[in-house]
Amino acid sequence: MTLLSKDLLGLNELTTDEIEEILVTTETMKRVLTSGNKKTSHLQGKSVITLFYENSTRTRLSFELASKYMGASSANISTSGSSVNKGESLLDTARTIDMMATDIIIMRHNQSGAPHFIAPFLKASVVNAGDGMNEHPTQALLDMFTLKERFGSLKGLKIAICGDISHSRVARSNSIGLSKMGAEVHLFGPPTMIPMGIEQMGCKVARSLDEAICDADAIMGLRVQLERQSNSLFPSVAEYSKYFSILPELLSKAKSNAIIMHPGPCNHGVELPTILYDSPQSVINEQVTNGVAVRMAILYLLIARRNLQ
Amino acid sequence: MKVIIRNARIMGEDSPDNLYIRDGLITAPYNDPPDREIDVSGAALFPGLIDAHCHLRDPGYEYKEDIQSGTMSAAKGGYTSVCCMPNTNPVCDNASVVSSIISKSKKVGFTNVFPIGAASKGLCGKELAEIGLMKEAGIVAISNDGLPIEPSDLMRKVIEYASSFDLIVMNHCEDTSLSQGAMNEGPLSTRMGLRGIPTLAENIMISRDLLIAEYLNLPVHICHVSNKVGVQIIREAKARGVKVTAETCPHYFSLTEEAVTGYNTDAKMSPPLRTEEDRQAIIEGLADKTIDIIVTDHAPHHPDDKQIEFSMAEKGIVGFETAFALAYTNLVRKGRISLSRLIECMSEKPSEILKLGRGSIQIGSIADIACFDLMTPFVFDKNQMLSKSRNTPFHNHELVGKCILTIQGGQITYEELC
Repeated sequence: MTLLSKDLLGLNELTTDEIEEILVTTETMKRVLTSGNKKTSHLQGKSVITLFYENSTRTRLSFELASKYMGASSANISTSGSSVNKGESLLDTARTIDMMATDIIIMRHNQSGAPHFIAPFLKASVVNAGDGMNEHPTQALLDMFTLKERFGSLKGLKIAICGDISHSRVARSNSIGLSKMGAEVHLFGPPTMIPMGIEQMGCKVARSLDEAICDADAIMGLRVQLERQSNSLFPSVAEYSKYFSILPELLSKAKSNAIIMHPGPCNHGVELPTILYDSPQSVINEQVTNGVAVRMAILYLLIARRNLQ
Repeated sequence: MKVIIRNARIMGEDSPDNLYIRDGLITAPYNDPPDREIDVSGAALFPGLIDAHCHLRDPGYEYKEDIQSGTMSAAKGGYTSVCCMPNTNPVCDNASVVSSIISKSKKVGFTNVFPIGAASKGLCGKELAEIGLMKEAGIVAISNDGLPIEPSDLMRKVIEYASSFDLIVMNHCEDTSLSQGAMNEGPLSTRMGLRGIPTLAENIMISRDLLIAEYLNLPVHICHVSNKVGVQIIREAKARGVKVTAETCPHYFSLTEEAVTGYNTDAKMSPPLRTEEDRQAIIEGLADKTIDIIVTDHAPHHPDDKQIEFSMAEKGIVGFETAFALAYTNLVRKGRISLSRLIECMSEKPSEILKLGRGSIQIGSIADIACFDLMTPFVFDKNQMLSKSRNTPFHNHELVGKCILTIQGGQITYEELC
């Protein structure tokens, strides 16, 4: 099967079949990635551009490596050093890249809906690498792959997502995606960081960290953007760590084989202590490897669809 | 100039009649040959519509709209008078800007243009603008529209001071500390990852303004009410005798927040589109006269300001050419309000609130009239608009109530060949 749309904008836009297809393809890609020779020719003769309006380590590098491992010509643009700094509009920038015979544009942008806005204007496929507070679909897909790899299936899993839910595109994409695949998502965070009506996305809002973690198969911490303290979303890092951090003693409430996840970058001691980050239950580093595999799968499937057109 | 309009259903009456115009006034039937005779074949004839709240963008933002294009657009929508908000550049906060708008509108305008003066100098919300001198130059109301009059102390002083010049204060109610979002706050804003604007932001300031008006026993006008609780607060205030009038816009009774799905910036406005429950409450408010009038809040924007990321896009939509048809289609045809109530909302009552002395059809009254085809559905095409801008969420909507003829002061300002 092929993907239905030329673009990958969010879990909101993907069907369960498409998600399944991406996860199955990721298995193959992970084998390629972890074999001695990572080079394939699936993207030979194709061009992939990363366009990043925000900082990134994992997402950007994993996309760049994924496209290089698969033989694509790739290049990157960021706001500093490009005409974006001269005030060029997003649409003009995107059209300019498009007109250089680009096949895939991978974009991260600080405004929700930015990839949805440009995609209809472009011949290239647009991959959302994070848009504002909206979605971060490739992160959710790599999280789902990590869970599926560990537990065999997503159906019936209980996933606790803890932290700043309001501003988290990771929380949104995971809530939508995991719910679609039959997992149960429980959210927890300070009430100032829980957006109105999030239950309607198919997840539950827990009243306490205990409740969220109880019988969970996986516990995902979200990065607390420390600059949010000045917006009065929480009073201090010390208070946040005391009441909202994932502490080792709480883990006994979760299932015995529960895993700890974090999309990174992590504020050690705020979302969770270093001892958990480095614990055997932590799959945080494995998530990074899976991130490359899932992005290889997405590039492969998008190019396959383009080749059919 | 003598014009006879034949076969018009005057005020929507069933039997067609003729209307006689001479020297800018509606007159008794006469026998001398007219300059123009127009058979409107049973179209409904009403007093010309009066828009108490629009943005003509002139001076300063003529790339979005100017007095000529804006009033042409208004005339095409059946308007004969429009009141333009002061958020121009320079701001309409002194008599010379007021005079220049009026004199330009007399030269190039297709409707009467009545400026609304800024409440504070530069719309900065700090010092009173020269309200008296602006009144002398021709303003019909006071507002900081686009922005709220934020300090309570200033709002009190504006209402007090404007009262000595018999001017109504129209406030755009928005507590900006609560409104730093891009769309209505709720499950949809959460799903779309956009910061929400709670109804609270609007209602806190509506409540405050009602309390100030009640305390001073002076009138206040609430701009573009968009939500259910806002309607309730105004209804309760009216019941206890507060001198309040209120307006809403066609989009608040025609659309819900769903219209922004897909990050559609043509459905982004302030206050934002709300929920179906709010939409229903707005209609009830119009029916029971809690909300007095319908205004367009015509807010033209260039594609450069709209074809961008949602949160960065300008707020507002154009409205002159859809207002009547939306109101007729969504309110009258659906049996929610009567035709006469609609005309009250769009002509008589705006004239009364702003003391314009218009909005009726009588022998001797100024010949400001508009004729509408209330039978034939049409598909609204934004590319046919006379406005310079195209920012409307109503493209391709099927509506009933197209304006076919507008006459202002006895002069034909819009005519669609019947």
